[in-house]
Amino acid sequence: MARVVVDVMLKPEILDPQGQAVQRALPRLGFDGIADVRQGKRFELEVDGPVDEAALARIHEMAETFLANTVIEDFVVRVDEESAAGKAGAK
Amino acid sequence: MTARIGVVTFPGTLDDRDTQRAVRVAGAEAVPLWHRDKDLKQVDAVVLPGGFSYGDYLRAGAISRFSPVMETIIAQAKAGMPVLGICNGFQVLTETHLLPGAMLRNNHLHFICRDQRLRVETTATAWTADYTAGQEISIPLKNIDGRYVADERVLDELEAEGRVAFRYLDVNPNGSLRDIAGISNAAGNVVGLMPHPEHAVESLTGTGRTDGLGFFTSILTNLVQKGAAA
Repeated sequence: MARVVVDVMLKPEILDPQGQAVQRALPRLGFDGIADVRQGKRFELEVDGPVDEAALARIHEMAETFLANTVIEDFVVRVDEESAAGKAGAK
Repeated sequence: MTARIGVVTFPGTLDDRDTQRAVRVAGAEAVPLWHRDKDLKQVDAVVLPGGFSYGDYLRAGAISRFSPVMETIIAQAKAGMPVLGICNGFQVLTETHLLPGAMLRNNHLHFICRDQRLRVETTATAWTADYTAGQEISIPLKNIDGRYVADERVLDELEAEGRVAFRYLDVNPNGSLRDIAGISNAAGNVVGLMPHPEHAVESLTGTGRTDGLGFFTSILTNLVQKGAAA
């Protein structure tokens, strides 16, 4: 089984008050030097069978129709190489 | 014959009973619709009530958008059936793209519950015919995902076509762009708004005013006129 990761982020022009709240808390906690924070969502999908082009195309479609709202969010689909490598053997 | 107004219940819907009651107070028959029903039981119009369908887990309204009942409602709405989305129902309508834009977490991140003054900007929708343009009403508002956003092009289009149906007065409670509290589609049969007219239909409860009743009488006026024309 391989893992595919879908990262969903609010588009840059959309106000992210959650990210701002986190950013404002940082200096209070002694973490300086962070100019901006934006908060997103990460989906980890465990895929049955091979993660070939067809499977990735399906996941792209899933992200576009359901996982992200493309009116306000961007998304990136990628294969988690570590899970793929771990699967191949080693350890 | 009495008009039949469907009220959808999703898992997590909270305001379906209040909405059914508002429909009855206005003089129509309230028809409960279950999210798994594909059949709309020959209703004349549908209300998507407030609440937290599917817990708002992915995004508010995102999961309910794919329910069997919504498949039928989307098709019927495109064919002209009146649909009103209140709060979570408005979120469902943006997720279906029956209405443009999207709803996001309030800019101050707090859940807000207050009596909200609104201006009714248009009477040219199926759900606002009984108001007057520019009329100011006060109805309850309660949400955490109430910030309406759309890109500039869409906002300009909504303004130009008179599809900003309601605007917040006194205070913008959630950071909605251009103080937008509710919008309609181009045909005027689909309307969504964040505040809750169904909680202001009887003088004994809610705001003590009945400013919300106009939504539910408007649809009757509209259906009767349509029936008379047919």
